[in-house]
Amino acid sequence: MPTDPNSPALLATRPRMSPRKKAKISQAAQYGVLAIVIVLALKAMDWDKLRTQMFNVNVIASMLDALPRAFANTLLYTICAFAVGLSLGMVLALMKMSSVGPYRWLATAYAEFFRGIPALLVVLSIGFLIPILFGIKLPNMTVKIGIALGLVSAAYVSETLRAGLQAVPRGQVEAARSLGLSQSQAMRSVVVPQAFRIVLPPLTNELILITKDTSFVYLLGLATSEYELTKLGTNALNQASGGLTGVVVVGLVYLIITLPLGHLARRMEKKNARQR
Amino acid sequence: MSGVSPTTPTDPPVVQISGLYKSFGTVDVLKGIDLTVREREVVCVIGPSGSGKSTLLRCVNLLERPTQGVVELLGIDVTDPDVDIDRVRTHVGMVFQSFNLFAHHTVMGNLILAQRKVLKRSKAEAEEVAWANLRQVGLEDRATFYPAELSGGQQQRAAIARALSMNPALMLFDEPTSALDPELVGDVLAVMRDLALGGMTMLVVTHEMAFARDVSDRVVFMDDGVIVEEGPAAQVIGSPSTDRARIFLKRVLDPTHIDDSEIGETEPDEPAD
Ligand SMILES: Nc1ncnc2c1ncn2[C@@H]1O[C@H](COP(=O)(O)OP(=O)(O)OP(=O)(O)O)[C@@H](O)[C@H]1O
Ligand SMILES: [Mg+2]
Repeated sequence: MPTDPNSPALLATRPRMSPRKKAKISQAAQYGVLAIVIVLALKAMDWDKLRTQMFNVNVIASMLDALPRAFANTLLYTICAFAVGLSLGMVLALMKMSSVGPYRWLATAYAEFFRGIPALLVVLSIGFLIPILFGIKLPNMTVKIGIALGLVSAAYVSETLRAGLQAVPRGQVEAARSLGLSQSQAMRSVVVPQAFRIVLPPLTNELILITKDTSFVYLLGLATSEYELTKLGTNALNQASGGLTGVVVVGLVYLIITLPLGHLARRMEKKNARQR
Repeated sequence: MSGVSPTTPTDPPVVQISGLYKSFGTVDVLKGIDLTVREREVVCVIGPSGSGKSTLLRCVNLLERPTQGVVELLGIDVTDPDVDIDRVRTHVGMVFQSFNLFAHHTVMGNLILAQRKVLKRSKAEAEEVAWANLRQVGLEDRATFYPAELSGGQQQRAAIARALSMNPALMLFDEPTSALDPELVGDVLAVMRDLALGGMTMLVVTHEMAFARDVSDRVVFMDDGVIVEEGPAAQVIGSPSTDRARIFLKRVLDPTHIDDSEIGETEPDEPAD
């Protein structure tokens, strides 16, 4: 008979629950809680209210005419802002990697500034302040929101692009140079294509953020033809007894845009992980 | 046990290094190197870690700029600021310890990229050259694979084929087998041996003493930024005349040393007390 209390023989015979059994019980408990919450919620819910307040057929019907236009405007504002953000972000990324100190400081200060303030303030400033201060009349809503959200986006994009370019191992450039490629050829044929793959998922996520941020455009006062999804949805709230139907509808439309983009970003991330 | 391609002093030099100094900031890495490699010659560089072997190689194709001294490649002084270094580099192939195949291209893509961009060869011509070199390194069946889909040994052989596709006059190898699993080293060394037999001029940094002994015409022992010993492999490896070389070679060749390192690797698995 072993006397050491920690000997393997004693440990094995000491009665206790196996980790597997423990995990099973814990999982069952979690399912149980979930089921109870769902049942209670379904019982407590007023189903008629749900139908009239969130999926009101009359409200939906009244929105259908204007919906395609609003959808198109949301896309237009997004693409415009993304184009500005990408171009400016690229310039800022190159500035960040410049050997000239002031360029680096400027780019860093820019990024810090625009990442540190709410996008909403930038939209208001571009929409109202700039025209007043500089006497410039921005031609239309697409340009206004494109510039405002583009300025904000560039701060994030510049960081993404810089990180992407620097994530390409130095050996890749050295191999290219040792084969006789010039610095710019190595950049174009070896670094940029590889960096592009690295930055594509984060850029797609940035596109999703911009899509949602285009809703700020309503702050600038929109003509009917300039309505985008959020404005359309919130307008529909005013309809008597329609409840939240307006925002439910446009919320679903936003998801039609953003869910596939998110899915795409994740798929590209997985593919990149395999290639490395 | 002399080299496979006996050269004579009259063979034209491919590389001629004289009075080469290189420092990084305040750190002097190369302190006056003189070295000549003649056509068809295979020169192996050995020496302890940090002695400046890689730096020497990288100064030859100007991946590093020499601080002082002259590097003549095919009679051209490459340290001259007016030299078109991209042009010169096409004549020098380099093989890295970490392969450095272009990750976004297939093996074939890797082999034709510089041929197309630098030598302006047609796609058909570049591919023909590529196939010939893939055959030489035994990788015809891997042309459509991406680097990540290859073993280390296959990647290194592809990297050698890529360098060869530029028809270089000189091949630089920087510890080409150091990153490989032991069972894959042989394939790469076999390819290098074939190259040497074919008359390629080679400057090889390696820790593979058997390769240095059997294939090289000359062995250079470097330590602390200078060439300490230089001569036929049998002499430098077999009976070194300096203490520094003797100590280094004892560490590399002594089988008990190898045993020590193997025990060292398994140590963490054993109880620490
Ligand atoms: N870019 C650099 N900047 C600063 N120091 C460097 C740089 N490259 C090399 N060195 C230093 O130069 C010395 C020699 O380096 P080198 O890589 O040439 O040695 P090596 O003989 O190739 O060693 P190993 O066998 O480990 O590859 C080392 O001390 C290293 O730290
Ligand atoms: Mg080295």
